[in-house]
Amino acid sequence: MITFTGVTKRYPDGTVAVHDLDLEIPAGRITVLVGPSGCGKTTTLRMVNRMIDPTTGTITVDGRDIRQVDPPTLRRGIGYVIQQGGLFPHRTIIDNIATVPYLLHQDKKQARARALELMERVGLDTGLAKRYPAQLSGGQQQRVGVARALAADPPIMLMDEPFSAVDPIVRTQLQDEFLRLQNDLEKTIVFVTHDIDEAVKLGHRIAVFQVGGVLAQYATPEELLAEPANDFVRDFLGGERGIRRLRFVQQLDAEAAAEAESATGAESATGTGTAAGAESATGTGSAQGGGAAAAGER
Amino acid sequence: MNAILDAIRWFFHGQQWHGTDGIPHRLTEHLWYSGLAFAITVLIALPVGLLLGHVRRGRAASFFGFSVIASANGARALPTLGLLILAVLVTSSSLVPTLIPLIVLAIPPVLVNAYTGVQQVEPGLRDAAEGMGMTGTQVLWRVEAPMALPLVLLGLRTAAIQIVSTATIAAYVGLGGLGRFIVDGLKRQEYSSTAGGALLVILLAFLIQFVFALLRRVAVSPGLRRTS
Repeated sequence: MITFTGVTKRYPDGTVAVHDLDLEIPAGRITVLVGPSGCGKTTTLRMVNRMIDPTTGTITVDGRDIRQVDPPTLRRGIGYVIQQGGLFPHRTIIDNIATVPYLLHQDKKQARARALELMERVGLDTGLAKRYPAQLSGGQQQRVGVARALAADPPIMLMDEPFSAVDPIVRTQLQDEFLRLQNDLEKTIVFVTHDIDEAVKLGHRIAVFQVGGVLAQYATPEELLAEPANDFVRDFLGGERGIRRLRFVQQLDAEAAAEAESATGAESATGTGTAAGAESATGTGSAQGGGAAAAGER
Repeated sequence: MNAILDAIRWFFHGQQWHGTDGIPHRLTEHLWYSGLAFAITVLIALPVGLLLGHVRRGRAASFFGFSVIASANGARALPTLGLLILAVLVTSSSLVPTLIPLIVLAIPPVLVNAYTGVQQVEPGLRDAAEGMGMTGTQVLWRVEAPMALPLVLLGLRTAAIQIVSTATIAAYVGLGGLGRFIVDGLKRQEYSSTAGGALLVILLAFLIQFVFALLRRVAVSPGLRRTS
């Protein structure tokens, strides 16, 4: 669990990026920080691995103040995925993935074996291992980014708009696979996005930030859509809130159905899962199709 | 055309190939001065350039970086021969004043290229490197330096070629090297010797160019080549 207590970040020029933030991020869940640009969501994320230190307030991970850990050590224990991947162009894919294990002086052979395993896990052809990042597509690069963050098996992952630089179809695929992966791994994930649809799709809990670094609402997607805390949140959710809510509720229903189904026979459940996944990959985009697909992944 | 034919004929004179005034000995001298000047240049300019490129945060650092780069570029305008004469007048030995203009001339390309190479590494990559837990030194050696390598090698090549071609001035202050053939040839009006010496210097410069092209192939990651 990550806990923010009275955290404020003020820059020397007087700008307040995050204002008096109290936030509890549950372990093993996906928590999405969402809001317009300049709302402090990325700053909040970057304070968790001390890329930015707060001006006042404390942040603890499992009860331990992160200021007691020196930044490189802290960061090696926290997965970090950024927009555009941030892959090292001079290193092969496999060496990119093994970056943190190398930093931790783990055995090279073992680190590489694990990197190959992770490539399969995130849906990459292991034949790409010896390629360089420039030879991969944007979607593949993002997968490498996720694999790299997972390499040292950190309990926490910070993801800063990881899927925003790819086209909508690939994004949907990546999101679905990410949910499937998280289902197995149960990492504590802090996920930053400016896309409310992505937030609703991925988040167990959503923190909506408004300009000035103020937390406007922190709730489950269901609560958020049903009862926006103020006008800002209502505006941010937009006119399609009703549709989003409907889609979300359908998704939950489908999920419950899938769970019931998997209780009766695991095999048939995986069967529907793949079918639904394929449908979403072709990008039908209908509310029902999307809902069913997401349910299949979970 | 005659001068070149003379120079080629000059190469095949038996006396050019042994003794203090033979090509092998003069070539060794030339390489010794050049190598020394190059080593000192690299020792000074490379660390400073890499470090200045790496430390880019804060106003003081960027001002310092700017002023060093500006003065390094300014140094390029210094006349080599003038500097040599000045150095001879100021110091008493003869090797040091020869090295000074060579080094002063060679530092700018190494320094500026190392600085630029490191500095232009995408901020996103630095962010990723730090975010995964690299220390400052690790960011420099594992990310910034390898990514700056093509530019660094370019700077080293420019410096090496400049040193090798300029090392001929050592002959002006009574030292050896390939410059002897040129200077002595002029004095004695043996122009075949002058042309031969000049040809040797040119060949040496080409050789260095070739060596660095080879080095680039070996040392630069294939991931950084444009056509990968």
